[in-house]
Amino acid sequence: MHTLVIEDDIETASYIAKGLKEHGHVVDQASDGKDGLFMSLENDYDIIILDRMLPALDGLSILKTLRISERQTPVIILSALGEVDDRVEGLKAGGDDYLVKPFAFSELLARIEALLRRGEIKPDTSLMKVADLELDRLTHTVKRAGKTIDLQPREYMILEFFMQHAGQVVTRTMLLESVWDYHFDPQTNIIDVHISRLRNKIDKEFDSPLLQTVRGAGYCLRESSA
Amino acid sequence: MQHRLLHSFSFRLAFAYMVLFGFSVLLLLGFIYWSTAAYMSRQADATIAAEITGLSERYDIDGLTGLINVINERLSRKPTGSSIYLLTTTINTPIAGNLNRWPGIQADKEGWLNFQLENAGRDKNEIHLARARSFTLTGGFHLLVGRDIYELEETQRRIIRALILGFVITLVLGSIGGIVLSRRVMKRLEAINTTSREIINGDLSRRITLQHSGDEFDSLAGNLNAMLDQIEELMEGVRRVSDSIAHDLRTPLARLRNRLELLRAEQEKTRQDPTLAEQAISDADGMLKTFNALLRIARIETLHHREAFKKIDLGTLLHDVIELYEPLAEEKGQSLSLQVDTTVYIQGDRDLLFQSMANLLDNAIKYTPPQGRIEITLGEQAERGWITITDSGPGIPEDERLQVFKRFYRLEKSRTTPGSGLGLSLVAAVARIHGMSLKLEDNQPGLRVRCEFTTTHSTNINES
Repeated sequence: MHTLVIEDDIETASYIAKGLKEHGHVVDQASDGKDGLFMSLENDYDIIILDRMLPALDGLSILKTLRISERQTPVIILSALGEVDDRVEGLKAGGDDYLVKPFAFSELLARIEALLRRGEIKPDTSLMKVADLELDRLTHTVKRAGKTIDLQPREYMILEFFMQHAGQVVTRTMLLESVWDYHFDPQTNIIDVHISRLRNKIDKEFDSPLLQTVRGAGYCLRESSA
Repeated sequence: MQHRLLHSFSFRLAFAYMVLFGFSVLLLLGFIYWSTAAYMSRQADATIAAEITGLSERYDIDGLTGLINVINERLSRKPTGSSIYLLTTTINTPIAGNLNRWPGIQADKEGWLNFQLENAGRDKNEIHLARARSFTLTGGFHLLVGRDIYELEETQRRIIRALILGFVITLVLGSIGGIVLSRRVMKRLEAINTTSREIINGDLSRRITLQHSGDEFDSLAGNLNAMLDQIEELMEGVRRVSDSIAHDLRTPLARLRNRLELLRAEQEKTRQDPTLAEQAISDADGMLKTFNALLRIARIETLHHREAFKKIDLGTLLHDVIELYEPLAEEKGQSLSLQVDTTVYIQGDRDLLFQSMANLLDNAIKYTPPQGRIEITLGEQAERGWITITDSGPGIPEDERLQVFKRFYRLEKSRTTPGSGLGLSLVAAVARIHGMSLKLEDNQPGLRVRCEFTTTHSTNINES
């Protein structure tokens, strides 16, 4: 996995680079906008982590130049600006995801994984399956081991999102943004309550739990290895 | 406008001035009347009195015949004149003069009497009044000397009419002047008020326009502007300081958090217990959350892009909030209900509105005991919309209801429950940029949060 990190803050850059290397990425670093643009145009990266505020050339200009040059490399924008307008601006400029600083590395990693796997998602099959859990998007029915499970509409949407990202870490923020479509900071860990309700329905009566908690990161829907 | 005009200070001032002015004019006109019309009456009375004295003296010298001669002579001198003479015997039988009988009116103590003349004047419809004085001569004869005061009265009436007309014109002109003046004053004050309201609504960069006339209003506006400059500078300073504190502390805090995360990963790899590192991470997360909330409130408060507001369906938004929080209420066995009377739209920021409603509902669930009841209503009447969030919790003491919107303010009894003390500050900031009023009421028992706002019906292309 070839990754470019364009970030002027040396601490943050090396922290990201170190973490990514540990997860098997080959990481290049650029510490200003011009270098970043040259490097991103010269090499064919799998993913680019782009800080928004950079010396010499700002992040959004780099992004726009990339997209005009028809480079479709996935880009995750990092920014200290977290208001919705800033986010919309970043995504409009051609960003694939937007992460507000400071962030947990696990959050960044989960989003990188999600972006990299985006291409792998099978063509919209109506039937999605993880282990013995099945979700039929045509009939909106969910079955586990052949047994129909009755889900509330929102529970269904959560499960659908997990199915689409099966085997990947899904963070709470990702769930809020995708399943609820509101950008806000819950005062209580309300997402956990929803997950535990969903768990009660899909995991409780079965031997192997599928919806697992990933410590310090979020959740993951996968066949338990144990 | 009319209603406000009556309540304005400048109008009341103008009105009081008008009353005083009218009173002075009345006094002045009274003096004019006294020195013209009244003077004429006094003058006429004095002439009559002098004539009586003269005639009685003549009677004393020349006797009755002499008096009759004088009367006849005077009457023949001015046969159509206004003078009236009558000399009668003791039993009021006329002896001389131009009246055919003694008037049937009692004279006052000094002998003065007013009576109506018959067949006087050219026009029969004219009523001619006479003013006369009676005098009893030494022989018991009665002498009446008077004047036809028709002309005099006519003149007096004219003077009075002119005075009244003058008074009315003065009042009308004065009132018009007063209204115009107070309108002008009100316009200047209104300009100051409009600017003040805009500033209260968050646009601190507004200034009152000066007219450069060097008058008191200009100097008032100048002083207010100078004050605003100072306030803005101070606020800018505070904002800069708190922004840089939050920013400068946030960066090292983020680094600390990152290193702790690396430490935890290390510990996991080497099979050590990562619990301490995890606790430290969640502490750092809590601090970061507080800093973020502070920065967020600061940013919302200085938000100027209200043009970016969109038409939001509040019913749907509330439904979404409730759906998000419903499992939490269910865990505590609380009932959560939403009553929507009608579709209500507001111009606003969807995410911020969702955030503030979520904060309010979060609080309601947090502070309402298990098995409690939480009700949300949405309604609209005459362009005014409202949202109420009512719970059956302990409520907020009345003297603390305004305090809870302040940053980091927490009720004594809730210090032990988790929370940053910033949730309601954020609600207040969001409400302010949406022109929403927030009221905390007693639900006996429990708390009712009431938000009121102006709704919108206009169609918007950016509808979300």
